[in-house]
Amino acid sequence: MPTITVNKADLFKSLGREYTTQEFDELCFEFGIELDEDTTDQDRREKDGTERPPELKIEIPANRYDMLCIEGISKMLNVFLSREDVPNYRVVAPPNGELQQITVHESTHQVRQYISAAVLRGVKFNQARYDSFISLQDKLHQNLCRQRTLVSMGTHDLDKIKGPFTYEALPPQDIKFVALNQTKEMNATELFEHYDKDEGSRHLAKFLHIIRDSPVYPVVLDSARNVCSLPPIINSELSKITLDTRNVFIEITATDKTKAEVVCHILVAMFSGYCDEPFTVEPVKIISPHNHESREVPDMTPRSTTAEVSYINSCTGLNLTAEEMCNYLKRMSYIARPSATDKDLLDVDIPVNRADVLHQCDIMEDVAIAYGFNNLEKTFPGKSGTIAKPLPINKLADIIRLESAMAGWSEVMPLILCSHDENFAYLNRKDDGNTAIKLANPKTAEYQVVRTSLLPGVLKTIRENKKHALPIKVFEVSDVAFKDETYERKSRNERHFAAAWCGKTSGFEVVHGLLDRVMAMLRATFIEKDSGADGYWIEELKSDTYFPGRAADIWYRKKGKEAKIIGSFGVLHPSVLKAFDLTLPVSTLEINVEDFL
Amino acid sequence: MAELQTEVLQKLDASPAATLTSEDDFPTLPFTTLKAALDSLNSKEMITYETRETDHNVLTPEGQQILETGSHEAKVWEIVHRLGEFRIADLAKQEEFASDPASAKVGQARAFKEGWIKKHPEDKTKIISGVDSINDATRNLLETVSQSGSLADAATVADLRKRKLIVAQKKVAFTIRKGAKFALEILKEYTDLDADMLASGKWQELTFKPYNLKALGAPAMAGALHPLGKVRHEFRQIFFEMGFTEMPTNQFVESGFWNFDALYVPQQHPARDVQDTFFISDPPKADMPRNENGELLTEYWDNIKQVHETGKFGSLGYRYPWQGDESLKLVLRTHTTATSAAMLYKLAQDPRPARYFSIDRVFRNETVDATHLAEFHQVEGVIADFDLTLGDLIGFMNEFFGKMGVKQLRFKPAYNPYTEPSMEIFSWHEGLGKWVEIGNSGMFRPEMLESMGLPKGMKVHGWGLSLERPTMIKYGVSNIRELLGHKVDLNFIEGNPAVRLDQEA
Repeated sequence: MPTITVNKADLFKSLGREYTTQEFDELCFEFGIELDEDTTDQDRREKDGTERPPELKIEIPANRYDMLCIEGISKMLNVFLSREDVPNYRVVAPPNGELQQITVHESTHQVRQYISAAVLRGVKFNQARYDSFISLQDKLHQNLCRQRTLVSMGTHDLDKIKGPFTYEALPPQDIKFVALNQTKEMNATELFEHYDKDEGSRHLAKFLHIIRDSPVYPVVLDSARNVCSLPPIINSELSKITLDTRNVFIEITATDKTKAEVVCHILVAMFSGYCDEPFTVEPVKIISPHNHESREVPDMTPRSTTAEVSYINSCTGLNLTAEEMCNYLKRMSYIARPSATDKDLLDVDIPVNRADVLHQCDIMEDVAIAYGFNNLEKTFPGKSGTIAKPLPINKLADIIRLESAMAGWSEVMPLILCSHDENFAYLNRKDDGNTAIKLANPKTAEYQVVRTSLLPGVLKTIRENKKHALPIKVFEVSDVAFKDETYERKSRNERHFAAAWCGKTSGFEVVHGLLDRVMAMLRATFIEKDSGADGYWIEELKSDTYFPGRAADIWYRKKGKEAKIIGSFGVLHPSVLKAFDLTLPVSTLEINVEDFL
Repeated sequence: MAELQTEVLQKLDASPAATLTSEDDFPTLPFTTLKAALDSLNSKEMITYETRETDHNVLTPEGQQILETGSHEAKVWEIVHRLGEFRIADLAKQEEFASDPASAKVGQARAFKEGWIKKHPEDKTKIISGVDSINDATRNLLETVSQSGSLADAATVADLRKRKLIVAQKKVAFTIRKGAKFALEILKEYTDLDADMLASGKWQELTFKPYNLKALGAPAMAGALHPLGKVRHEFRQIFFEMGFTEMPTNQFVESGFWNFDALYVPQQHPARDVQDTFFISDPPKADMPRNENGELLTEYWDNIKQVHETGKFGSLGYRYPWQGDESLKLVLRTHTTATSAAMLYKLAQDPRPARYFSIDRVFRNETVDATHLAEFHQVEGVIADFDLTLGDLIGFMNEFFGKMGVKQLRFKPAYNPYTEPSMEIFSWHEGLGKWVEIGNSGMFRPEMLESMGLPKGMKVHGWGLSLERPTMIKYGVSNIRELLGHKVDLNFIEGNPAVRLDQEA
C-alpha cells in the first residue's frame, strides 16, 4: 500500500477543522485509509537546521489512485463528511475552437503504442501545489504504471513549446535534446550512457531497460521538432514546468490503453481544481488512424451504470430504501438516484477518478462503508448446518506426530525450500533432473529447490543446536514435493515422516525402534519378506548416504498388493555429516506415509 | 566423614559451655571439610552452627620467598657489600636472582631509594655499598603478616598488596552449638524407600532423610510438539467446532491461473512480480485447468479470460489483453486461496452450503528479516451459503476470534483484488494500548464466483491470518526465524507450555 505524506495544517484547513491524532485516526479508519504516523511530537529538524512542519503519513489502499495526493485525500474526505460535492469536471474547448493535436506515427507501435493527453489552462501553482503535482506523478509511476512499464506521463509548460505535436519512434541517435536538469544536448544513446554512469541519475537509470533494446525510442515532438519528452524516461529541459507556468500540457504514453486513460483522468481530476475556471480541462485531438485510436481526450463524462437495491441490501444485511442508498453513495463521491423505470434499480454516475469501480459489488461496498462497517448488525450465518471433516492425510500425520512425541521425540519445523546441494550433493545423492522442482528467481542460494527429502532441514536443525544436551531426538511429519508430468500443475506433494538421532554413539537401533513403534501404531506388522502377509520388513541397503553396512530399506505390503519400498533408515555416512557441519554420529529415518492412508 | 562428625559431637558434649569454635577446636582442619560435617549434622538437627567471616592476609609465593631469603633490595645490598663494587648489568646474573632474574631490577631500584647502594664515583656502570648495615623492613613486615594475618597500618597493607607480596583472603570460622536432637551417636538416614525395605518390613525401624522440597524433581524424558504445530491444532479445533472441512492444500506448486487469474488478480498486478512471487523454472509450464476426470475446463478458462479482458457477469473487467501463457506459468503458491478457488470451482458444479478451512505453508519471495520469511503458514476460512450478509461475516469473525480469547474487534474497509467488500480485522491490544491488525476478510467478488458457475444468490465469505503472528505473541518470540525453520532452539520446543488460546497469556 502506498503511503502519502501530507502537510497536517494544510489538510486540516481544507477539512475546515482541527482534529486530534485520535480523531483523525478514527476518521481514516472509518473511510478505509490508515493514519500511519503523525509527526507533530517528533523531532522534525532537517540537516540544514530548518524545521519541517507537522506531517501526516497516510496509507492509501492500492486501488485508490485518486487519493495519492493531498488534493485527492481532502476532496474524498470532504465529500465523505458531506462538506463538499463531487466536482463536475468539464471539457472546455478553447474560444477559437482550435485544439492541440498529437499525430501518432505507426513507428510507435513496436515500442509504446498508446498516447493520451490533456491541457490545463490558467493553472496557479505555488510551491506546495507544484510539489504535490510532481509527487502524484511519482506515486502513479510507482504503482498504477508499474514502474513506468505500462504507462508514463510527461507534463510540460505549453507556452514554451508549440503544437501541433507528433508522437513518433526514432532511432536513438536521431533523438537530440537537452534533457530535464541537464545543460548539454545529447542524443538518446549518449543520454543513456550518461545515466548509466552518473551517480545522481540512479532514479532514472532503473527505467532505461524498458526501451533500451528497442531499435527505435518513443519521442514526443512539437511543431518545430523540439523534443518534449523521451518516454518513459525523461522530459526536455525546454518544456520544464516552473512555479510561473500557467498552461500545462500533459502527455501520457503507454503499452496499456485502459491505464493510460485512468492516469489522464486522475491527473486532470486532481489538478484542474487549480485552473482559473476550476475543474475544466481543454481537450487534445489524437490522430492515430493506423490503430483506430483517433479521438479527443480526455473524456471526463462520469460512467453511468445501475445497481440493484435488493442486491445491496442482501449483501449488507441492511434494509435501506433507494433514496437512503443514494445519500450514502453521495458521500462516497457518486451521483446516484433511484431509477425512474425500475424500483429495484439505482442509476449511478461514477466520476472518472473512481477507476476502481468495476461491478455493482464495488458500489455495494461503498454503501456499507458510508453506513459504517462497525454499525452493521452482527448476525451469525446459522441457517445451514455443515459437518466438519479433517483432511485424511493431516489426520494420519497427526497420529504419527503424536506417537513420535509420546515416544520422547521432539517435533521440528524447518523450511521447505533449500539449496540444490543440501537436497542432493550433501546427502551424496544425484539429481536425475526429473525429481526436484526448481525455482526461477530466488533472492538467495538458500532457496533453489523445493525439498524432495525432509533430511536437509532436520540435519540443519541439529547443526544449529550443538549446545543441546545429548542425545538429540527430533522428527518432522510434513510435505516434500516432486515433479510429476501427469498432474495439471506438473508436480505433487508427498507426506513424509523423518526422524534423526544424534549422540555419542550411532543410535542406529534407537531410530530402528522408533520405526517399529510407529509401524505398530499404524497397525503394520513386522513380517518375513517371503511370507506374503501384509506388513513391513527391512533389507540391507547400499547407499552413499549411509555408513556401509548400517542402512536398510523399509518394504511395505498393503492388502496383498505388491510390496514397495517406502523409505529407509541408517547411520549417516561421515561425508554427509561433514557436509552438514556435524561432528557427532547421526542416524536418520525417512518414509513416505501416503500408503498408510 | 563419619569420624569427624562423631568427633564434633564428642567435643561438644565435653565442652563446659556446650559451644565450640573452629579456630580453637579444629585449628588445622580445612573449612570445607568441617563445613560438610557440620551441614550433615545440622540437617539431622543434632547441632546448629553459625558462620563468621573475617578479612585476612596471606603471603603470595613471592612474599613467602622474601620471608625465607630476604627482600630483593636486601639481596642487592648483600651482593654489593660482599664484593665491594659491582657492575650493575651483572646483578641479574648473580646466584641470588637465579630463580627470578627480573626481581634484580626491583631490588636495585629499592636499594638505591633506601640509600643502601650508590653509583661508583668514577665508573657509572658500577655500584658500591652506601651503608654498613641494613634493616630489611619488607621482610619484617611480611613476618608480622604471616603470623597475625594483618598489620596495624592499613596503608602499609595496601602497599604490600600492590607489590603483590600479600593477598586478601576471607577466613571462615564456625561457632558450633547443640541442636534439638543432639546425641552422641549418629543414626543412619535413608533417602529412599526401596523394594527390600518393603519386603523385609525394615522400613518401620529406619529413619528417612527429609526431602528437599525447594528443588525441582528429575527432568521428564518427554518428547514435544513444535509450538506452531500446537497452535495449528488449536485453530483446527476451532474450525472443527464450527463445522469446517479441511481443504486439500497439499499442493505447493500452483499455476498462475489458480493462484491469480481465477482470483481476479490482473496479470500486471504487483503481486505477480518476480520481486514478490517465486516462479518455477522446472517444470516449465502448467497444463490448462481440468477436472478430476481429465476434462479441460474450457468454459471456465474462457470466462476468466473475458472477465479480465472485456468484462462479464456485470463487471467492466480490467480491460487489458489477457495472456493464456501468463496463466500457465508455475509458481509456488503465494496463498492457500489458490486451493480455495479450486474448491469453490468444484462446489460450483453442485452448489450447496459449505465451510472450508486450511492451515498450510505459503511462499513469498521476501527479503528475510525478523518479521518476514520466504515461508509462513496461512490460516484460511471460507463460508459459502445462500444470502450471506456482511453482518454475518462480522458476526462470525466475532465468534471465531472470541474462541481464541480475542473479544474486542473492529473492521476497517480495505482493498483486495478478489474480495469486495474487504475488511481488515483489528483487535484491541491491552498491552500495547492500541488496535492491532489481526487478519483480513471479505466477500469474494462476483466476477470470481460467477465465472466458476456459482449462482448469483450464493455468497462466499473468506478470511485469513498467519499462524506465526499469534504464535509469536503467545510465546513471546520476537524473531520469526527462531520459530519457523532450522534456527529454532530445541530447548524452546521442549519447554513451551500448552497453547490454550482462550486463556490469558
